[in-house]
Amino acid sequence: MRYISLTPEERKQMLDVLGLGSADELFRSIPAAVRLTRPLDVPSAMSETEVVNYFETLARENTSAQSNACFLGAGAYNHFVPTVIDSIISRSEFYTAYTPYQPEISQGTLQSIFEYQTMISQLTGLDVANASLYDGSSATAEAALMAARVTGRKCILVSPSLHPEYRRVLETYVRNLNFQLEELRQAPDGRIDRDSLEAQIGENCGSVIIQSPNFFGVVEDIAALAQVVKAAGGVLVVAVTEALSLGLLQPPGDLGADIVAGEGQSFGIPLGFGGPYLGLFACRDQYKRQMPGRVVGETVDSQGRRGFVLTLSTREQHIRREKATSNICTNQGLCALMCAVFLATLGRKGLRELAEQNLRKAHYLRSLLADHLVFSGPFFNEFTVRCPESPERINERLAEQGIIGGLPLGRYYAERADQMVVCVTEQVSRTQMDEFARIFKG
Amino acid sequence: MNIPEQLFYTREHEWISVKDEVGTVGITDHAQKELGDVVYVELPESGSAIAAEEAFGSVESVKAVSEIYAPASGRVVEVNTVLADSPEILNQDPYGKGWIIRMHLDDTTELHTLMSAQDYQRYLAEEVGE
Amino acid sequence: MNRTNIVVNLNEPLVFEQSAPGKSAYSLPPLDVEEVALDQIVDPKLIRSDIPGFPEISEVELIRHYTRLSTWNYHVDLGLYPLGSCTMKYNPKLNERVARIPGLATVHPLLNAPLAQGNLKILYRLQELLKEITGMAGVTLQPAAGSQGELTGILMVRAYHAARNKPRKYVLIPDSAHGTNPASATISGYEVKAIPSDQTGQIDLTSLKEKMSDEVACLMLTNPNTLGIFESRIQEIGRIVHEAGALLYMDGANFNALLGQTRPGDMGIDVLHLNLHKTFSTPHGGGGPGSGPVACQESLIPFLPVPIVAKDGDKFRLDFDRPQTIGRLHAFFGNFGMMVRALAYILSCGGDGLKQISETAVLNANYIRKRLADHYDLPYDTPSLHEVVFSDKRQERQGVKTLDIAKRLIDLGFHPPTVYFPLIVHGALMIEPTESAGKGELDEFIEAMIQIHRETVEEPAKVTGAPTSAKVARLDETRAARTPVLRWKARGKDEEKDEG
Repeated sequence: MRYISLTPEERKQMLDVLGLGSADELFRSIPAAVRLTRPLDVPSAMSETEVVNYFETLARENTSAQSNACFLGAGAYNHFVPTVIDSIISRSEFYTAYTPYQPEISQGTLQSIFEYQTMISQLTGLDVANASLYDGSSATAEAALMAARVTGRKCILVSPSLHPEYRRVLETYVRNLNFQLEELRQAPDGRIDRDSLEAQIGENCGSVIIQSPNFFGVVEDIAALAQVVKAAGGVLVVAVTEALSLGLLQPPGDLGADIVAGEGQSFGIPLGFGGPYLGLFACRDQYKRQMPGRVVGETVDSQGRRGFVLTLSTREQHIRREKATSNICTNQGLCALMCAVFLATLGRKGLRELAEQNLRKAHYLRSLLADHLVFSGPFFNEFTVRCPESPERINERLAEQGIIGGLPLGRYYAERADQMVVCVTEQVSRTQMDEFARIFKG
Repeated sequence: MNIPEQLFYTREHEWISVKDEVGTVGITDHAQKELGDVVYVELPESGSAIAAEEAFGSVESVKAVSEIYAPASGRVVEVNTVLADSPEILNQDPYGKGWIIRMHLDDTTELHTLMSAQDYQRYLAEEVGE
Repeated sequence: MNRTNIVVNLNEPLVFEQSAPGKSAYSLPPLDVEEVALDQIVDPKLIRSDIPGFPEISEVELIRHYTRLSTWNYHVDLGLYPLGSCTMKYNPKLNERVARIPGLATVHPLLNAPLAQGNLKILYRLQELLKEITGMAGVTLQPAAGSQGELTGILMVRAYHAARNKPRKYVLIPDSAHGTNPASATISGYEVKAIPSDQTGQIDLTSLKEKMSDEVACLMLTNPNTLGIFESRIQEIGRIVHEAGALLYMDGANFNALLGQTRPGDMGIDVLHLNLHKTFSTPHGGGGPGSGPVACQESLIPFLPVPIVAKDGDKFRLDFDRPQTIGRLHAFFGNFGMMVRALAYILSCGGDGLKQISETAVLNANYIRKRLADHYDLPYDTPSLHEVVFSDKRQERQGVKTLDIAKRLIDLGFHPPTVYFPLIVHGALMIEPTESAGKGELDEFIEAMIQIHRETVEEPAKVTGAPTSAKVARLDETRAARTPVLRWKARGKDEEKDEG
């Protein structure tokens, strides 16, 4: 057993110190009736070669975005991951440490999170960001809980174009808390109908959750919606599934959002079959003591040198227990580091350039599919098209040419069974888009 | 341990002094010492109604939160907003500049259920081991 | 030989403080579509002008930046990291290798099942192995970490009772439990009632019986508990709970102690969560990602989150058609990358290996316990398994507290144990060496602890003034919390301008 360092001799010496004849006696506090008397039905140990071969074989049974052009997005985006990221997160100093409970020997993790928090603040246009949550969906659910705490109103208005899986997670989180979820209306251009918001917001409904760009790819008019929410004394939560859009579009905080909850996967985290991803969370300064999750703050040591610590901990479960702002403990630390390295790599200019490439390419494909557009609203790198035949059938034909097609919407919206959401990242080429359009049109 | 004579005390370590139906409320010297350095005080809104023995705010140190319970029922008439920016005053002067709220009492006879300075001293000795 | 030595820690400013226009670390391929003016394809009002203050550094600077930061971290690959209840065991390199296989790691989660058979098989295989290891009938891998596992489990408990027409009102939780337990119960809509521990450090059965009623939904029990003590009256606890129609939830944070020795399914547990980042060796990542699978008995299977991976013949599919499900906790399947690592670990260890792991982890902890018992106060003398909890009672008489002991350990080259938890022990020092520690390192740790005890008597200032060898000395946490500075802001002439 190569992961254990004791020799049989040392084992015996240690048992002698304990006055025990066998290791089995260490477990005498477990009643005999519940002891396992047979070996576990788990195969015997595999060698390193066997384990590698086992997984390599399984990998060949997948259709990966590495070897196929990918037009599938909807909350998970096939962006390029710069080489430096894996190089940095493969350092044991980062990936084999834990939550920085002892700040004196965790300054590396703490400073990197402080930088991460700063970059998320800069991108979202909000004052403070936390150290991460699990993923975009649970971050959105946590934002809903926080908005309800802040407004004291338990009815939440939800955009119909919030990612359906996020909606499902939100429902799971609030189902026993006597919340009401009410749906807003969508206008024909794919944006939220402002009048419906005005009509529904009020003394009971104070929290509003929208997504922008929304599930259909359409960029919402956040400023207009924020005005309505503000006038009603509510809290506006903007969910973001395609974080790269923050590199080019107006920051939600500047437009009046109070909380941004999002998915940070686009920032250097591989598709990874859905996880681990990264829950982004930022809010206005006045709400910081209602925030879920860990936060790093700057301070000084006993000799006046700058250092960083986990702070505002009284919000958290280990101190406030049942009254905590969230139950979260372990978060997605290493993914936050991946995100930070990605953002520092692309930087002030590169992030915008990358976002522009996505926008321009997506608009190129749109020009090829102009007759099929479902919504007229503005979009970033995803848009919805009506298909000339069943979206599933189109995807099958695309797959035959090594292309992963868009997301058929029938699974989520019966009335949209003829539509799919198509995503274009910098990873697909013009030739592949031409090919996509040709096959799409039949 | 500083326990001023003229005040009334609760078992949760709040004090109250009363003048013309208006009570001034804070936490005791013992409470601030137990908490350690206060970093944040959550204050109620002026004008809000509070009920005896119910929490109306909280005091936080780095690693602990302590709720502040109302010694009597009434309405908050003034809040010590200085605490928002300088919570350390609670440690430095718990019975003076570190007062937390002023409240209009519904019924001053409620104060009879509270402890005198002597009672509180005995309470600390017996219950808390001071 | 002295374990520690003075090392050079290079100072390193924030990434923002090194930024300057003209530096960059990226390279993008040329745009292969026409570069039309932006305002022709999108309303300029939607576009931000700039990201003021955002980093601008070269690749070399970037690599040095993070490399320097990394040298300020203590980590498992450096040495013993005995954080109690965190199970900081070695993270095998093989796991990292297989998790990065492109054919596994670049698969889109919304692909149709036939295109992702390899990954679905990984989920299925791990799910089935965890059933055997825990002795339970159903498993979901979806929860992203332990506390989300707790939430999942309690939501399932609630759905179970609701299906019997009454969700009930209370969740009982021992006072020694981790704070996530009461927090998770509250989000599930329950009120929490605390159960005290008795003088043996186990749950107080008299109080449990008193508080048990038909309004109690479940008891959340950590086993072994946070004192490292196995709740040896587990069968009776199960009887008390089940007779009232309630369920028994087990927090499996400490499951490393039980691998191959006993199974929750055989001891009357109805539902539990595991932590793949503790028991099953997936790295802690400086605070995550973790993974918190939930296992349950047959009676709770209908309530598991969707989807569940099912097997039809030799094909795998996602089963969404589960009308009684609690719903979803994650947009996709949870932290899949952690599942790949955990599966690699289980396959590498094999059934025998898993049993050796619990045996060694428990032996290591008991060896520390025995050898330090003369120097540190042991508040409970009940036998313990994978971890041992001391108090600072003896050292406190000399004016030295748990925090000082922890900081002095840093100077002696070790990561400190978990401190001030569980809350029922005054100045708790909670030590979990895991199976990864060899005898040599255990002895060094024990000697360091004994040395600190000696110093508390002979030169307490050395302990209370620690650490002196780390990147920074003790940090002012009061200042951090009083006037929170949670982000960097440009000063002076480079001041960030508001975008308009």
